[in-house]
Amino acid sequence: MELAEENLGEHHLDEKEVVDVVVRFAGDSGDGMQLTGNNFTEATALYGNDLSTFPDFPAEIRAPVGATFGVSAFQIYFGANDVTTAGDALDVLVVMNPAALITNVDNLVDGGLLIVDSGAFTAKNLTKAKYQVNPLEDGSLDKFRVLEIDITKQVLAAVAEFNLGHKTGVRSKNMWTLGLVLWLFDRDRAGTIESLKTKFASKPEIASANIAALNAGHAYGETAELPAGIHVYKVPKAKVSPGTYRNITGTNALAWGLIAGSELANIELLFASYPITPASNLLHELVHHRDFDINTFQAEDEIAAVCAAIGASFAGSLGVTSSAGPGIALKSEGIALACATELPLVVVNTQRGGPSTGLPTKTEQSDLNMALHGRHGDTPMPVIASSTPTDCFEVAIEAVRLATKYMTPVMLLSDGYLANAAEPWKIPDFSEFEPFPVEHYTKSEDFKPSIRNEETLARVWAKPGTPGLEHRIGGIERSFDTGDISYDPANHQKMTDLRQAKIAGIANDIPLQEVCLGNKTGKLAVVGWGSTFGAIHQAVKRARTEGLDVSHIQVRYLSPLPRNLEELLKSFDSILVPEMNTGQFVRLIRSEYLIDAEALNKVAGQPFKIGEILAAIHAKIATLGSNS
Amino acid sequence: MNQALPKLTVKDYASDQEVRWCPGCGDYAILKTIQKLMPTFDQPKENQVFISGIGCSSRFPYYMNTFGFHTIHGRAPAVATGVKLANPELDVWVITGDGDGFSIGGNHMLHVLRRNVDLQILLFNNEIYGLTKGQYSPTSPPGTRSPSSPTGSIDFPLAPCVVAIGSGGTFIARTIDTQAKHLGAVVTRGHEHRGTSFIEILQNCPIYNDGIFNQVTDKKIAADFKVELVQGEPIVFGKEREWGIRLNHDSLNLEVVDATSDDVLIHDETNKVLATLLATMKGPDLPVAVGVIYSEEKPSYVDDSQQQLISIRKAKGSMTELLHSGHTWEVE
Repeated sequence: MELAEENLGEHHLDEKEVVDVVVRFAGDSGDGMQLTGNNFTEATALYGNDLSTFPDFPAEIRAPVGATFGVSAFQIYFGANDVTTAGDALDVLVVMNPAALITNVDNLVDGGLLIVDSGAFTAKNLTKAKYQVNPLEDGSLDKFRVLEIDITKQVLAAVAEFNLGHKTGVRSKNMWTLGLVLWLFDRDRAGTIESLKTKFASKPEIASANIAALNAGHAYGETAELPAGIHVYKVPKAKVSPGTYRNITGTNALAWGLIAGSELANIELLFASYPITPASNLLHELVHHRDFDINTFQAEDEIAAVCAAIGASFAGSLGVTSSAGPGIALKSEGIALACATELPLVVVNTQRGGPSTGLPTKTEQSDLNMALHGRHGDTPMPVIASSTPTDCFEVAIEAVRLATKYMTPVMLLSDGYLANAAEPWKIPDFSEFEPFPVEHYTKSEDFKPSIRNEETLARVWAKPGTPGLEHRIGGIERSFDTGDISYDPANHQKMTDLRQAKIAGIANDIPLQEVCLGNKTGKLAVVGWGSTFGAIHQAVKRARTEGLDVSHIQVRYLSPLPRNLEELLKSFDSILVPEMNTGQFVRLIRSEYLIDAEALNKVAGQPFKIGEILAAIHAKIATLGSNS
Repeated sequence: MNQALPKLTVKDYASDQEVRWCPGCGDYAILKTIQKLMPTFDQPKENQVFISGIGCSSRFPYYMNTFGFHTIHGRAPAVATGVKLANPELDVWVITGDGDGFSIGGNHMLHVLRRNVDLQILLFNNEIYGLTKGQYSPTSPPGTRSPSSPTGSIDFPLAPCVVAIGSGGTFIARTIDTQAKHLGAVVTRGHEHRGTSFIEILQNCPIYNDGIFNQVTDKKIAADFKVELVQGEPIVFGKEREWGIRLNHDSLNLEVVDATSDDVLIHDETNKVLATLLATMKGPDLPVAVGVIYSEEKPSYVDDSQQQLISIRKAKGSMTELLHSGHTWEVE
């Protein structure tokens, strides 16, 4: 299906009661927009709104100041109802320079609020952003509510008492702006003040200057005469179930899920990886948690990382490795070794735009084919995907469970959006998670490395250091009976069948596929996997509000597929599969089930918008005839 | 205290697998020497692990009745690093060849050496690719005629021991497949070393590169083409030990002099500059050095990793505390 976008017709700030808002902070990569966004997120969570965030930053670490390709942005959608995406159109856009304006203004709704640092709209910066005429002066922004402030000047005045000089003083611009936006939505500054004190503990004068800037921005909102229609917006708190909440990014949830998996399996975990965007943060997070049974190893390359992980698994720990697409490609020979030797291994792929270096900081779901099929030989392995930042926690635990129970490599698919996006999380009670302790084999009597569990077909895990279990394994085909090298034709057939059957059998050990919104039968099911969850969910919710017969199904287990998925999908008249690739999952469904599922594809490095999926639902429903 | 370990013999180390190297292969001699050596290390057999990549040499673990892992081409050092990190108690051996270790796996070799992971690397150098039927390798001399270089190879070779020293290796030695006593002594020294022990074993391939090391193995002439290094002893060689090695202070190169010359070098295996010069020596002008070329005490990666873990894990992590760390808020 053609990708089209439906305008959701939202002008949130004009509604009597503002129930949800999309705010985007945009500036130079050195302007501190991510820090601003994170602090605003914390304050918003404490306020009690539901929220979802989308950090969107360039690949360049320090792009030339003022360049359009150096614009770093942080988007947050918050509101009184359940929020599952970072929002389509912007209600509030904060721009720190002309480049940030030109790259983001098209997403601002008519009537939306545009906060501009007019001090940065110099002739030089305008030229860099390729503006012929200053947009603040040519009337092109008339359809927005524009709040033009010389933030640079305001900040320098606010921090003058600290004598930091121009260069350092101006750096507090982001905090001044944050103060203003916190005022705009009636958010508390205390959390930001605390975090600034911590962040700049060794430079108290920098902490004080930032706090002064934050307070000055807030005071500006309170005291300055603002244009008509700009005032404090009070977004009602979300109705959420009682409990203790926190914000968490997908990366941290995934890291903590791996730790939780190691605790539940009662096993040491070696996390071996090589730095690559956007997967590196997983290593950065886990290295802080070696007080658990976690060790980390920054290997010399992707291949060494997967091989060290496999070595750790051979030695009785659980090896985990992680990368993005190009790195996973390098690991594929190692993954097949884990499959051949039947050793547990978890491989995390934080997918990014491809092929090759592609769009390293942008999101995509284009490694599904590689996850399912991208290895030499007949080399099946389970593939599971997380659908939201918080879902990463459970999916990581599940990856550890499957790897250790079935003695197999497991591929866990995340993506750049999930990795960086944050959302509130009702903190689970860890004591309620079912442990799945690993048992290493210890009986030396009649030991063979080929002994396997008749139910799971998993091979024994006999680790070095166990008396009497000395044995050899390797990549050469092994005898089903003895585990020794075997070139016997019938044995190779048997082992190939065994490897297939072992993975296929996992279908009996995973939950049945559920419908996450709507009926279990009907006209249309929108079927997604991975990070498309939020946009699909909102679009289906809106379509159902319009009375359309649409359901939402989000598949976590991509190989093997849930055993009821075929029956479930066949109970709908039609299937629509939105994916951030050219149709990899839809082809799987079509070939597995001979279902005429239709694809909706977006490969732009950006997540789906709600309006894009809603437009496809409308188009699809229209072809199905009148709706009851 | 631990029970005394049972007395093991060479037989305990032979696996039940049929050895499948070509008749006359140098690997047989190495296997026999290592099997004989293992009982002398006073290690529980279940703690000894042999890890290999791909190639003729890499079949070695199948023939050792210890834990063994025949992995993928070039990656044994990486797998071994993971094994050692997961269980530092294990006595880990890497078996590799000139192609496995220095062509496809060159990167891992460099990094395992620089990290000084506590394990032994036995590099079976036969200067040829055997298992893929005789192509030239990164240690083959230029002009090697092979199925992939019928008109002579045009690659310049690398010297494994020199690369190992350059990579920050802390124990570098060279020995010969069929010289069981020397091989055993060198491997024993390597095993005692805490850190990565790199031992190049000159190994004859009777099928594709027969006699390539004849000068240093043929008893009739070897004395003139090889020098056995002994710590603290003059570096002398020859049938009558009539030649010595000295440093030419003008060219900063080694040269052969009369053994009675008063500036014959005394071998000092802690001298890295000297070690590099000795490791580089080759015919026709200089003898090939065998024995322990270089040895240095240096912290090992796995020891340091363990030290960090011990210190960090004084207070064991709590999952519930982790989940509630940082900003949290209550919804009633």
